[in-house]
Amino acid sequence: MSAQMTGAKMVVQALIDQGVDTVFGYPGGAVLPIYDEVFQQNSIRHVLVRHEQGAIHAAEGYARATGKVGVALVTSGPGATNAVTGLTDALMDSIPLVVFSGQVPTFMIGSDAFQEADTVGITRPCTKHNWLVKDTEKLSNTIHEAFHVAASGRPGPVLVDIPKDVQFAAADYTAPRAMTSHYRPQVKGDIEGITDLVKAIETAKKPIFYTGGGVINSGPAASQLLRELVDGTGFPITSTLMGLGAYPASGDNWLGMLGMHGLYESNMAMHDCDLMINIGARFDDRITGRIDAFSPNSKKVHIDVDPSSINKVIRTDIAIVGDVAHVLEDVLKVWKSRGRKTDRAGLDEWWAQIADWKTVNCLAYTQEGKTIRPQYAVERLEALTKHRKDRFISTEVGQHQMWAAQYMGFDDPNRWMTSGGLGTMGYGFPASIGVQMGHPDALVINVAGEASWLMNMQELGTAVQYRLPVKQFILNNERLGMVRQWQELLHGERYSSSWSEALPDFVKLAEAFGAKGICVSDPDDLDDAIMEMLDHDGPVIFDCLVEKHENCFPMIPSGKAHNEMLLGEAETQGVIDSKGSVLV
Amino acid sequence: MSALNIKKGSTSHSAYNLRPTFSDTEERHTLAVLVENEPGVLARVIGLFSGRGYNIESLTVAEVDHTGHLSRITIVTTGTPQVINQITAQLGRIVPVHEVHDLTVEGHSVERELALFKVSGKGEDRVEALRLADVFRARVVDSTLESFVFEITGTPEKIDAFADLMRPIGLVEMARTGVAALARGAK
Repeated sequence: MSAQMTGAKMVVQALIDQGVDTVFGYPGGAVLPIYDEVFQQNSIRHVLVRHEQGAIHAAEGYARATGKVGVALVTSGPGATNAVTGLTDALMDSIPLVVFSGQVPTFMIGSDAFQEADTVGITRPCTKHNWLVKDTEKLSNTIHEAFHVAASGRPGPVLVDIPKDVQFAAADYTAPRAMTSHYRPQVKGDIEGITDLVKAIETAKKPIFYTGGGVINSGPAASQLLRELVDGTGFPITSTLMGLGAYPASGDNWLGMLGMHGLYESNMAMHDCDLMINIGARFDDRITGRIDAFSPNSKKVHIDVDPSSINKVIRTDIAIVGDVAHVLEDVLKVWKSRGRKTDRAGLDEWWAQIADWKTVNCLAYTQEGKTIRPQYAVERLEALTKHRKDRFISTEVGQHQMWAAQYMGFDDPNRWMTSGGLGTMGYGFPASIGVQMGHPDALVINVAGEASWLMNMQELGTAVQYRLPVKQFILNNERLGMVRQWQELLHGERYSSSWSEALPDFVKLAEAFGAKGICVSDPDDLDDAIMEMLDHDGPVIFDCLVEKHENCFPMIPSGKAHNEMLLGEAETQGVIDSKGSVLV
Repeated sequence: MSALNIKKGSTSHSAYNLRPTFSDTEERHTLAVLVENEPGVLARVIGLFSGRGYNIESLTVAEVDHTGHLSRITIVTTGTPQVINQITAQLGRIVPVHEVHDLTVEGHSVERELALFKVSGKGEDRVEALRLADVFRARVVDSTLESFVFEITGTPEKIDAFADLMRPIGLVEMARTGVAALARGAK
């Protein structure tokens, strides 16, 4: 089926045909024809952000909370360059996005025209793929291909750059059809590897599942199959920051997050295990710590849809390239057909060892005096909201992010939005806006630090304009907490530029935008204040003044192994040597 | 066929598990990459190498299938086996890349490079240059009373050897194409 229409109309038509209902964007000269088409239809909601970085993070939040492809629309030049951080963030965390950017007309490309930038050149290393469409004839197919590439295999952001004359010109529109794209990543795992994995499962004495964002990206079926496999085998499971919620935090076999600020029992189990089953994680340096001391005695299995993840950092004994859901389905099938065997006696001993590690109680802290400990604030937030099935949490980046990951529990996938790979301060607020657009009636909370939050605070205008009741739960220590922690541990307590001397009054700031502000500093008032935040039907800035010098523990210091964790202040003296301090 | 479906065999390996992946020895490998002939595809390949810190010893590219819109990029690179595996896997991940072949491990292959040498000199040096060119089967493609331009085809090693001999005789300038390579055999 084909019909003549302008390139601008094609964009809107293709979005409708791809099932898109929400677009985050910011207009400008080079995308005016598309905005004109957006104006003349009602199928797609356009959310006007206040900065293009916000548009991309909002689209990321939307994508992660709904499992759909996020879409953003920006103009040429500065519009596109402002999108770069968000694109890189989405690439690092494998979030499917389609971003449209306007471009100067084809006959002006290369002339240093007003608001011209080499957008495909600039975004080439920070997208999964990108296209400059110079011919309206090719536009509709390119957009369909863009959605296909963004969502298949290891998902990621793609960008379609559309010159203004291509938007004005008319051509035949092609509807999405059976894809003819040669891009078809492998989804079925190799049966040889799967059988080897099952054999390893049958004999392992000290196994552990180490899961990541790939399980979430693979879709709800993957999480379901993971739960079946974990509960069936009775193996312990830990997860990266990105994978929280794939296995429920309330589940019997859950150990808690692993990694640099992961739980003691998770990291010790990773170090001492004899079988490590990595499902959709990538042995990131926040996870492995010192590579040559990483889990020295284990057989390592790696399931990943991206062949380049395998053997990139850690040598793998059994590699299975494929989509998590497909692979887990086959693993379960083979394991069941061979009689659902595990080494029960070995496992009992292993769990006893884990129970022993748990007694360390690595997240313990004491709330006393008149200052709120940040951990306490997060724990109270958790206690007062965890019964809500529709709770979505986003975070900014830093100490608060780690505390949220440590003290909050996620029982479902797609409920936890955080910038893992790139560590983008300023991610959480726009992401919470995207989540709320995807789930208008849900409780959406952004756990933030005041410094991160200020990086994209302009989006308060967006939240108010669209009446999005996003709750900004700011742990305000008047510091760049994680930077300060590293300066304390590594740089002789010289706190170079890590505190804020001119913070705004967050309550007045909220009111200036027409939102509600709440400030709390007394632990005794905390619960009431949180309830007031939850009860308010509209965006809230919750300014929680917390202890200014709190450090985040446990911590695997740079250049150390999993079993060399720091559990508290007393252990921090001189632990990081000069070799470790060059690492970030 | 993607990089990962490389047939296992006596002289070849899968992308991961047959060679000592984490050996520290640097190896020289020739990779053949079939790509969609579209704007920017070479920039993607080169950007991958520079962005991830891989080496390029030589690189050639030209369209090889006009109707199918395919170009062939031949890359000679060095690295440890782990790095080489990463390179092939990362190349395979680029959307317009159709196939990646590590010719060095997939079996025997032939490699050829073409070079042009400008050699200037008089008297005995001119005679010697012609004599050496004959030994190396280089052809004279331009001549003045004081110079020759030779065309030579061969492996990079042969061209290196020819350059070493020509240098004292009066090598002025040379241009090399980089390696083009094909697997031996019927397929």
